Amino acid sequence: MHLSLGKGAFAAFGEGPGVPLPDPLASLALSVRTRHPRSLVAGAVACPAVLAKNVSKRFGSREALRGVSLEAGPGELVAVIGPNGAGKTTLLSILAGISKPDEGQVSSDGGAVGWVPQQAALYRRLTVEENLLLFARLEGHGDPRASVEEMLELTGLGERRREVVARLSGGNQQRINIAIGLLSRPAVLLLDEPSVGLDPRQRARLWEFVAGLAGGGTTVIFSTHDIQEAERYGGRVLVLADGESLFDGSAGELREAVRREAPEAADRDFETAFVAYLHHRGH
Amino acid sequence: MRGVRWLLLKDLQILRRSPLQAVLLVAYPILIAVLVGFAISRGPENPRVAFLNEVPPDTRIDVGGQELPKANVREQICERVECVFVHDREEAMAKVESGDVLAALILPANLVDKINSLSTLTPGVPEVEVLVNEENAVKAELVDDRITSLLAQANLRIARRIGSEGSRYLGLIVNGGKFHVLGEAIPILGLRTSARILEQVTPALPRSLRPALEEVTEFASEARDNLDVAKPLIARLAQPIEVDKVVVGGASPPLEIFAIAVAATLTLAFVVVLLVAGSLALEREENAFPRLTRGLVSSGGLLTEKVLLGVVVGMAVTLLMLLGMAIFVPLEWGRFGLWLLAILFAGAALGAAGAALGAAAREVRAVSLLAFMVTLPIAFLSLVPSGAVSPTVFDLIRYLTAIFPFKPALEAIAAALDEAGSGIGGPLAHLAILAAAYAAIARLALRRFAAV
Repeated sequence: MHLSLGKGAFAAFGEGPGVPLPDPLASLALSVRTRHPRSLVAGAVACPAVLAKNVSKRFGSREALRGVSLEAGPGELVAVIGPNGAGKTTLLSILAGISKPDEGQVSSDGGAVGWVPQQAALYRRLTVEENLLLFARLEGHGDPRASVEEMLELTGLGERRREVVARLSGGNQQRINIAIGLLSRPAVLLLDEPSVGLDPRQRARLWEFVAGLAGGGTTVIFSTHDIQEAERYGGRVLVLADGESLFDGSAGELREAVRREAPEAADRDFETAFVAYLHHRGH
Repeated sequence: MRGVRWLLLKDLQILRRSPLQAVLLVAYPILIAVLVGFAISRGPENPRVAFLNEVPPDTRIDVGGQELPKANVREQICERVECVFVHDREEAMAKVESGDVLAALILPANLVDKINSLSTLTPGVPEVEVLVNEENAVKAELVDDRITSLLAQANLRIARRIGSEGSRYLGLIVNGGKFHVLGEAIPILGLRTSARILEQVTPALPRSLRPALEEVTEFASEARDNLDVAKPLIARLAQPIEVDKVVVGGASPPLEIFAIAVAATLTLAFVVVLLVAGSLALEREENAFPRLTRGLVSSGGLLTEKVLLGVVVGMAVTLLMLLGMAIFVPLEWGRFGLWLLAILFAGAALGAAGAALGAAAREVRAVSLLAFMVTLPIAFLSLVPSGAVSPTVFDLIRYLTAIFPFKPALEAIAAALDEAGSGIGGPLAHLAILAAAYAAIARLALRRFAAV
């Protein structure tokens, strides 16, 4: 499903010269962004692809998460937003199964959960192809070379397959990072601040690609501290601050909540208004 | 275990991709093998010592008015050191100061006179002069040991010569013979002949004189017998105590085999510990650890892969080194299987220790530093023999070195190389226990390692 995108589907958010974003993908991405599938309110998803209920996590005396709940259905694009230290990475790590919650429950509908960490989890001295082949073998693919070819086609890095990763730009490294996350053909893809370090052009094309994945039915949950990015690309927005869930709804509903709770900043730009909103909520 | 195979392949690819590491892994064992092999095969060099003999050429040591034959002290000394003959004291001093020679040995002109005075009523103190340049403590110790040993050898040589001459004179008194003085041979009757003559003439003497003569005969016989006993005593005076060494334990291999075992173990320890610890820490630095342990490979599988990597590379490097050594020193190829066994066990234990260090330190730079800080002192301490330090300190060293795999690895490799050495079973069992213990520690440390 999500791997049925055309050749070079997210090639263009890297720096690969002469690898343009195909028009069909662009239109697909746009159609996904405007579709807003499923309910936009937490707890209303009929058949959640991933579910977190009252999740709490402590690191020593610090509470990283306090009773956070989240549901996401197939094809949903959920942005988890909040200031640094809000608990975004902790929540994604718990959803990915890397760390265990101290309290609460996490479940998925049985499909694989793909995880793309914030910093590229790649072997920088191996080539693009060697990295993909290693993880395809570790995933136990029947024909790992075929999977590698599929991912090289998807990332548009076929021509640079024999280049060591250390020589690639941050954008291209992120493409491989995401491709490795997709190798397990996940029903749910978790992206931890995927646009950090990318230039605006690379960022825009990354989001087009991610939207394309969601359009193919993959549930995508990404974290960011960029409110505009969350508003623009997240079909749903979960606001975390100091480990606490402050809001779960659509970007429009968030704007409304901000306007309501921080009226003095209503005329300012959304980022300033959002900071005022957090302040009003005691963060 | 499927994942272990692919991770091992990946690590070998990364190793090959780093030219410096690859070159070091090949060049280092070859370099060490050549250096150690060359040093062992050449044996110790004789130190250069300036030698100034101011004793007049015809002067001899005199015992009881008789000159002894030449003791050839100079030849004896120059057999043990490389003598650099100098003409005067200034030249000797200049050579010592410049470092051209380790020391200078000066036999003063009055040395033989002083020795001869020992048998007079006004004995002097015979002295030789030694000039040294103690530019550092190690050199000072080396010079002291060498000179003390040389003088002890010279003294022993002279004492033996004196003892031998004394025994010869004693033999003349007991058995009779000819004594040469100023080119003339003077016949000496001797106690044995004297007693026989007295026994023969006794019957011809008046009865009243016989008891007195019999007393003289008896004295001559007793003196002969007792002086016969005294001869070996005089011979022993030069070296009254001899060493009778009995080995009661710790069958040690020959020095060259031990040196090879030390070089091989040091190389194995550094390669395996640094490689395994660094490789494990690299998984974290590359952010790959959480991705790997999300069901692709277990933490136990990852540790197994790292230890395997250490064993494979360590085995290759150590065998390469032993092959290099074999050019210089003959090794017993019939024991090749034991070499492999010793390296396998040593590599596994060192690899497990490296994994524990890597998991504890987590960062590659910290890991390298920690690996050096642990391995190097442990290696040095493992070479401290009993008796070199106080019993309490030695006990402490023994316990400390027993909890790190270097010492049992050294014992296992030495036992594998040397047929006459101690058994290999004990060190292998020790290594197996340490491998299991460090693997358990590494697994515990990996829990913290995984923290995001």
